[in-house]
Amino acid sequence: MTDPHVDRDILDTLREVMEDGYRELLETFLADSESRLHELQDSTSAKALSDVAHSFKGSASNMGAIRLAALCQDLESNAKEKSPEALAQLVADIHSEFADVRPVYENEKHPAHTH
Amino acid sequence: MQAQEPLTILIAEDSAADRLLLSTIVRRQGHQVLTAANGAEAVDLFRRQQPSLVLMDAMMPVMDGFEAARQIKLLAGETLVPIIFLTSLTESEALVRCLEAGGDDFLAKPYNQVILAAKIKAMDRLRRLQATVLQQRDLIARHHDYLLNEQRVAKAVFDKVAHSGCLNAPNIRYLQSPYALFNGDLLLAAYTPAGDMHVLLGDFTGHGLPAAVGAMPLAEVFYGMTAKGYGLAETLREMNAKLKRILPVDMFCCATMLCLSFQRRSVEVWNGGMPDGYLHRMATGKRVPLPSGHLPLGILSAEAFDDHTDVHPMASGDRIFLLSDGVIDTSDANEQLFGVERLQQVFAANREADRLFEDIEQALRDFGGEARDDVSMVEVSLLEYAAAQTPAPVYSDSGQSSPLDWSVSFEFRGSTLKRFNPLPYLLQLLLEVHGLRAQSGALYSVLAELYSNALEHGVLGLDSSLKRDAAGFALYYQQRNDRLEALQDGFVRVHLQVRPRGEGGCLLIRVEDSGKGFDVAKVMARPLEGLRLSGRGVGLVRQLGHNACWMDEGRSACVEFFWGIEA
Repeated sequence: MTDPHVDRDILDTLREVMEDGYRELLETFLADSESRLHELQDSTSAKALSDVAHSFKGSASNMGAIRLAALCQDLESNAKEKSPEALAQLVADIHSEFADVRPVYENEKHPAHTH
Repeated sequence: MQAQEPLTILIAEDSAADRLLLSTIVRRQGHQVLTAANGAEAVDLFRRQQPSLVLMDAMMPVMDGFEAARQIKLLAGETLVPIIFLTSLTESEALVRCLEAGGDDFLAKPYNQVILAAKIKAMDRLRRLQATVLQQRDLIARHHDYLLNEQRVAKAVFDKVAHSGCLNAPNIRYLQSPYALFNGDLLLAAYTPAGDMHVLLGDFTGHGLPAAVGAMPLAEVFYGMTAKGYGLAETLREMNAKLKRILPVDMFCCATMLCLSFQRRSVEVWNGGMPDGYLHRMATGKRVPLPSGHLPLGILSAEAFDDHTDVHPMASGDRIFLLSDGVIDTSDANEQLFGVERLQQVFAANREADRLFEDIEQALRDFGGEARDDVSMVEVSLLEYAAAQTPAPVYSDSGQSSPLDWSVSFEFRGSTLKRFNPLPYLLQLLLEVHGLRAQSGALYSVLAELYSNALEHGVLGLDSSLKRDAAGFALYYQQRNDRLEALQDGFVRVHLQVRPRGEGGCLLIRVEDSGKGFDVAKVMARPLEGLRLSGRGVGLVRQLGHNACWMDEGRSACVEFFWGIEA
């Protein structure tokens, strides 16, 4: 069954690549994402929003958070064209998508966990 | 695939998770990793640690990846430090910016470690290739400098040798590329002890240092033997033998050699492989070709070498023109050669004899030939004779051992007279006497005159009056060769007697021959200043020596030289 939020194959690869560093990678991603979300909240210009969304998209895609990456891509590409209301909505969607996937990554931190 | 050497790789990425992931992947591939969170850190790390390769995020705070890439490329200079941009940039405009900033490749997110490994490997190959190219370029540059310097030194040494002669004499005009030496052209000129002038225009096969190396011994032989009084035949023989000995088989030297005698008003020519030279007779305006009749120097063995020369009479003002094949082999855009006919058209159109070189150069330009740097031309004219005025050679001995009381007699017989020229040897012997050195020119002229009189008019019985006109001149030398070839008997005796006299000394020269003699009284009756083609050189001997007299019906000639206290 494919998960539209998290690409499990990417997580498998990351676990394999990172070995003992996997947990640190997850923690780093979560902490990094928190600060990106704050930056999105604080950004006032379309350009700033687009830049933060670009970086967030990069790490989200690396970590297999495919829907989060897609939302960030939308924000990065269309920040200039969207109305303030639409932007606020998109940022809110990003927040909630992160809230949705967060437990997946938290859960991955437990070494015994297998799929 | 061969195992890759570990590299130091700089990763510049502002996202902590991506940085951690990437550095783990790269480290696991066996490389050393340096990490930077923004462009400024990246430039700083690059400056301090000189990594071999950079993975660079485009969008970073403080300094973005584009600017960092530019600065790193600037710092790297000629060394190739590949920069792979890490980007999820999709717009082509952004990708172009990466390339313009000096990026060499891209890596898209999410990272794929197999592709990353392949890209690092490919970039490393490129980096090594560039390093090899730079190394070889520097090597070539060093070799080139080295070679240029060697050529400069060789040219300086050679110029010293080549210009020790008399190329600046008033009767010589020449045109040569300043680097003629390195295209194999060689021009030499020097006075003989008798005041004749030897000129050689040579053209070595091959270029550059090999030609210069061959030119050195050729020049040494030319100057050395000319100064000692050797004639063309002996000098050419020696040059040929020397070049034959030292040059590789595919190298030789085409050459024309002249002996211009102001006193005899004649030119002796040997041409081996050079284009026709020309004797320009001013009285008639005719140009007598001086064609090649021999193989170049350095090909034939000493036994097979032919030193036969041609002798032509010259009038005062007549000119001899020699040229290298660079002139007639100049080609135009269609590879047509300038050729001898065009050269003769230039001769025909030439109005001012003094502007011949310029006319030829202009014709070469008009011909549309590519300018060649191996065009050599020389023109030598016959001046009025002024008694031998060559500078006395420099000697290195002290004079303490100068022999002052001796006599010696030689008898040169038939077969010896055919080939052997005793004059250089006799002159060298006499110049052991320091007091005679100041008058070596006059001494040699007189000895040469007496010896050739004894041989040609005495032993060979040649009629000097033949030489009154050009046709007779040619006949004279034809007979000389024939009779010399057939010579069985006969002799020339040379007696030399040196005696101290007061603070100085006296040399008595007596030359006898086995010929029929001549009417001394009749010849002596001629006016002294009549230095003509014929007349047995009696005038010359009387002018240059003391107490000249002829006895035994002209078969025996005596002359004296005196010297005073040595300076």
